[in-house]
Amino acid sequence: MRIIRIASALVAATAAVSLVGCASNETAAPAATQTATGATSTAALSGTLAGKGATSVKAAQEAWTAAFQTANSGVTVNYSPEGSGAGISAFTAGAVGFAFSDVALSDEQEAATFTGCAPDSKALNLPLYISPIAVIFKVEGVDSLSLDEATLAGIFAGRITNWNDPAIVATNSGVTLPDSPIAVVHRADESGTTANFTDTMHTLAPEVWTWESDKVWPADLSGETATGTSGVVDAVTNGKNIIGYADASAAKDLGHADLLVGDKPLAPTADAAAAIVDKSPVVTGRGEHDLALALDRKAAGVYPAVLVSYGIVCESYADAAQGALVKAYFGYLGSDKGQQDAAAAAGSAPLSSAMLAKVKAAVDSIT
Amino acid sequence: MTRPNPTAVDGDPRPGAVAPASVPDPRRPGEAVFRRLATGSGIAILVILALVAAFLLWQGFPALLASPEVLAKQAYGAFGTWVLPYVFGTIWAAVLALAMAVPVSIGIALFISHYAPRRIAQPLGYVIDLLAAVPSVVFGLWGRQVLAGATQPLYEWLNTNLGWFPLFSGQVSTTGRTILTAAIVLAVMVLPIITSLCREVFLQAPRLHEEAALALGATRWEMIRMAVLPFARPGIIAAVMLGLGRALGETMAVAMVLSGGRTITFELLTPDNPNTIAATIAQNFPEAFGLKVNQLIAAGLVLFLVTLAVNMAARWIVARRAEYSGAN
Repeated sequence: MRIIRIASALVAATAAVSLVGCASNETAAPAATQTATGATSTAALSGTLAGKGATSVKAAQEAWTAAFQTANSGVTVNYSPEGSGAGISAFTAGAVGFAFSDVALSDEQEAATFTGCAPDSKALNLPLYISPIAVIFKVEGVDSLSLDEATLAGIFAGRITNWNDPAIVATNSGVTLPDSPIAVVHRADESGTTANFTDTMHTLAPEVWTWESDKVWPADLSGETATGTSGVVDAVTNGKNIIGYADASAAKDLGHADLLVGDKPLAPTADAAAAIVDKSPVVTGRGEHDLALALDRKAAGVYPAVLVSYGIVCESYADAAQGALVKAYFGYLGSDKGQQDAAAAAGSAPLSSAMLAKVKAAVDSIT
Repeated sequence: MTRPNPTAVDGDPRPGAVAPASVPDPRRPGEAVFRRLATGSGIAILVILALVAAFLLWQGFPALLASPEVLAKQAYGAFGTWVLPYVFGTIWAAVLALAMAVPVSIGIALFISHYAPRRIAQPLGYVIDLLAAVPSVVFGLWGRQVLAGATQPLYEWLNTNLGWFPLFSGQVSTTGRTILTAAIVLAVMVLPIITSLCREVFLQAPRLHEEAALALGATRWEMIRMAVLPFARPGIIAAVMLGLGRALGETMAVAMVLSGGRTITFELLTPDNPNTIAATIAQNFPEAFGLKVNQLIAAGLVLFLVTLAVNMAARWIVARRAEYSGAN
């Protein structure tokens, strides 16, 4: 008797919660009926926008949501940095309004039915966050270092094990390299930085770096491990004769190796990193405004080790209010101010104006 | 659920434990209330433990059932070979930590209980207890920023001069973020727990025994060996078990200090160390989804079982030796 009563109470409570859930979705609908154009629209947008995805854009998202919520006091934007994969699953299932991913949707993922989008609407991939990955080192008596593709891959693959290896000496005339073993530090956790760094080495020197791009460092390689970007930076700062890779913004005080691509040394600067999205072709066979890029890490004048994070949104939303919110938020992210805010908060490389124009056209097409 | 059985506490194995009156005095309702509260607390801890185990089983099951091929594709690879280095790392780091912490803790506790003048003993006790309140992330930062760098020259010296000894062999780490550093941090973290408990137990040693030993001409050290330590042995073991639990489960400090991978090695000074289960879970959880989450939780289940097994083994040893320990 008592059990039945408790059970019925539970059922009632669950029903109440789900009703509230539905209701809160619907309240957003009448509020945001106007067509918002970019972040400058001060018309009273309101509602809640949820996003999920890559941890790499966490710092930028914090700055973006804060600035956007200040400009639009009726809007709440929640971004949970749970990883690209989690973001894509949640977006596909319609649980969140947008996702961020360190890789654009694959053809298979693009072919899925997106529950939160209008019927027949596909997803758009918009490159919105570019972060150069620096090769950082600390070697006694060495201030600058230039590495060509094969040498870089050779060091990280454990084939070049001593700092005075002829391969390193060849590209660093005038630098006294010590006769000491190279300590290589890599990420202990899964990370988009590792995925892009391994992809860079696999693209530039596939005969040396034979592993495919992966968020996890190859298990058959040994070496020092560290947790998170800060862990790698700390390990290199406190170590000696050591080399690692980290987001350039987090490693300002350490020596950065220049990468020799086609005999031209390239430093991990914002301009050289942002150039990659301009010089990379858009993946074919996608929607008109989709900006999924086939990153061309070999393009001339482009710093190859770059992490590009995509915002993933619907072409057309099932819920018009949600669409208006996404449109306004992404209008801000794809604006000059949005990119500068991210650069200030997270040290990312702002998109070029040419790419911003394409992003704006894509955002304007969202319904 | 039915009313808790009030006779459950009668199973208390402690000698001399006072069995509660089976019929509560009707004039003293407080008696009954207190008894129910105590019984309820006892049951609550069992229920909580069971719920944790059920959660781990429920969430970890998909990974335990999945074939190695599926796990290799969607998660971290075949479960057994994936988790084994972490199990080894967890136990190895904890053993190293205890090897350093237990002698020091017993020393501090004996100093406080039997050697130090009262004026020094009390403040020292407070300081030790304060050490237990330092959050593990602070220990982690300290280990990573200070200890690792400070111990690295020592490691290099050990490696060069005592490299023939298997523990010190291999390519020495240039950052000092080795399993030995992690074990030192863990040792500092478990030190206050073991010390506090041991101190309390040593203070409980029967005064009469101690005085009798001294009267028979024993020196102070002989008195401690004959009267205090045998009496305190079960308490020391319990303290070590609590410390071991902390060392096995410690996450943040290890994740920050240790350069952990999947190498199974006893070498203490190399950059290739086995990671611990807890640190692995913490490091991979933020980016995990789907089957990866299940596999990480299954690793948590393994840690749960390892802790349980280690504790039970220790209890068994204590129970076996209690008969001829001489304390009774």
